[in-house]
Amino acid sequence: MTRPVPFSQRRYFPAVLGLGSFAAFVIAVEFLVYADILNRFIIPPPSDVIGAFPRVIMEEHVLARFTQTALEALAASVLVTIFGVAGGVLLYQFTLLRRATETWVAAIAAAPLVLMYPLYLVIFGRNATTIVMMGFTAGLAPIILKTLEGLSGTRRVLINVGRSFNLTRSQQFWKILFPAALPTIFVGMRLGLIFALINIVGVEYLINFGGLGQLINELAERYDLAGTYAAICFVILVSIIVFALTERLERWLRPAG
Amino acid sequence: MTVVAMPSGRMPGAATAEPILTVDNIVKQFETPDGVLTAVDNVSLSVRPGEFFGVIGPSGCGKSTLFNIIGGLLDGYDGTVRVAGETVDGPHPSIGMIFQEESTFPWRSVIDNVAFPLEIAGLPKSERYDRARHFVSLVGLDGFERRFPAELSGGMRQRVSMARTLAAQPKIMLMDEPFAALDEQTRLLLGDKVLQIQQELKQTTLLITHNITEAVQLSDRIMVMTYRPGKVKRIVEIDLPRPRTSEIVSSEAFGRYVAQIWSDLREEATRGLVEDESRKLRGGAGAPP
Repeated sequence: MTRPVPFSQRRYFPAVLGLGSFAAFVIAVEFLVYADILNRFIIPPPSDVIGAFPRVIMEEHVLARFTQTALEALAASVLVTIFGVAGGVLLYQFTLLRRATETWVAAIAAAPLVLMYPLYLVIFGRNATTIVMMGFTAGLAPIILKTLEGLSGTRRVLINVGRSFNLTRSQQFWKILFPAALPTIFVGMRLGLIFALINIVGVEYLINFGGLGQLINELAERYDLAGTYAAICFVILVSIIVFALTERLERWLRPAG
Repeated sequence: MTVVAMPSGRMPGAATAEPILTVDNIVKQFETPDGVLTAVDNVSLSVRPGEFFGVIGPSGCGKSTLFNIIGGLLDGYDGTVRVAGETVDGPHPSIGMIFQEESTFPWRSVIDNVAFPLEIAGLPKSERYDRARHFVSLVGLDGFERRFPAELSGGMRQRVSMARTLAAQPKIMLMDEPFAALDEQTRLLLGDKVLQIQQELKQTTLLITHNITEAVQLSDRIMVMTYRPGKVKRIVEIDLPRPRTSEIVSSEAFGRYVAQIWSDLREEATRGLVEDESRKLRGGAGAPP
């Protein structure tokens, strides 16, 4: 006789646990606000936030703004991936270049690049290009560094297997180094995309232009806190979509390991 | 150098056949902070077609350096390596290598790992998968074709590496302590698998090992190396019947060979231990790269 699988070991249990914990958190906040432990003028009751969704969707054209932020994030993601991975490969291939610039790249990764937005406004104007380029600038360094780390960390024995089969330099890169480095490259991509998204929404907010960042700015100016939090939920949705896409891409490029 | 026993002619024609692999007076030195270190000193050997040739020595005797030189992964040495009369100075399609470390590609399934050299050779997809399936079956991994290395045990992963090397159909297969990371029972059973494959393919094989049982179980001849600098101390002819299995380890003759090789190795291993310890006391350099 087979014993039933315990509930905690079922496949859907982690998802149920995650959603359950989130629901418990929301209920707890609702209670704390109604008990006047949390100030409702700083944190609106979650029920008000949920109630603000139809208004934000219908009156504030959130879908158009969501699409704009998502497209800016997508454009920045494509750019940081192409240039970040290429940059990492260049630093891996040319030791002198690596020695000369690695510290600088690491310093850029830690710098508050959002403060460069006035310069980008002067260069590109008050438009989506500035926002995309700010996202690109912020996300580039982590991808370069992680690509370099992934390529440098490829196990020597795998490289020797390639050499023993007489692989050309190009084959050695595409058949061994790149797939071996992919998990680390994707860690860099996720970091880079987080940095890019923060900067995209931040600059939209600061220059009061375009997508969800501008909407958050406007709602905050009107002191519509419930609407502000509802708009922030859409920013989180953009982040979830970007992450889901990178996960799919990683699984497609490297199905196991 | 002393040669114990002459070829008994167990392999048809092997005694008279031209060597397929000839290594002549190989000397390899490394620069270390303590000065020049001679890892391999005037090592010569020749391997006949279909022969299983073992190389054994204590840690630090230059076995892996020799493996890398024959495989073409290491240059800057004196002497020559010839395969079927042709001088080799770099990786060569006639030589296939199986490494000590786990070397399967984790992002490829078993069948894709084995088909790797065929993909590099540009074989059409259907042909390379047919051939890869044959070698997967040869190493006893039928049914695991679509599995990934992370789903396999260490012994199975080493068999995938072996199938991948064999799929390239090299004239000579080099193995550098391929079972070093495995437990004793798995090691003996994999030894059976290697013997069976070698019997079936008549694959010329050069095995580098520090495991005496493994060397005697598998080899036709065993070259015993000295501790640093690695020189040829003795070549021992293993006159045990073929086909062999791991059951041979309980035979009296097997025990005699193990004892004989250990008596040669003991002196070298002791010297290695003493030198290593005194080097550590002095805070000097370890093994060559």
